[in-house]
Amino acid sequence: MTNRPLWLGVVASLGLLLAACVTINIYFPAAEAEKAADKIIDEVWHLKGGEAGATPQSTPAPKPN
Amino acid sequence: MRAHMFVIRPPVNLWTSAWLAVWFLVAAPPVGAQANLDINTPAIIGLTSSMQQRYGQLAPLYTSGAVGLTRDGFVALRDANAIPLAQRASANALIAAENQDRAALYREIARANGHPEWEPEIRSTFAARWIDKAQAGWWYQDAGGAWKRK
Repeated sequence: MTNRPLWLGVVASLGLLLAACVTINIYFPAAEAEKAADKIIDEVWHLKGGEAGATPQSTPAPKPN
Repeated sequence: MRAHMFVIRPPVNLWTSAWLAVWFLVAAPPVGAQANLDINTPAIIGLTSSMQQRYGQLAPLYTSGAVGLTRDGFVALRDANAIPLAQRASANALIAAENQDRAALYREIARANGHPEWEPEIRSTFAARWIDKAQAGWWYQDAGGAWKRK
């Protein structure tokens, strides 16, 4: 009875664990995506910057435009 | 191979506790922290500018209810009768051009941030934000696809 199959199994498991660790940390940044979308929509629809015809903004954020 | 070689005794002492505290409180959290998405690539700026210019012609169509915001981040012809016959062809062209820009925008934001596979989520994020920021009186689709008025 040789220990080689056990050794290979351990190495394979370690490799799988490593790969899993890389993928686990990648997830969709929903809050940041919302922030980016808001920025773009504000530009496209002239919502910030003093154009008429925009819905009143609830949070007057002091953005350096 | 002796039995004592397989005994695993976690060496939990002061230094280990300190290292673990540093790891979980200082080093690990930034891994989960979200960096700002990059939306300053030339392509994104160009698409935003194109959509901004088209908005001048789209705004009256939003207001009249001829064009509405779809639940998946695009615009669609909602009521053709709200557009004079002679202007329908150009309105349809506007809608097609806007949707082309929007599709390219969602794709480009995902690509620019290193995750092309994020495109569907970026699209749905935008879909919700377009509708949230729509003016009162504009039309949009709810989750079931029915037209609602803000």
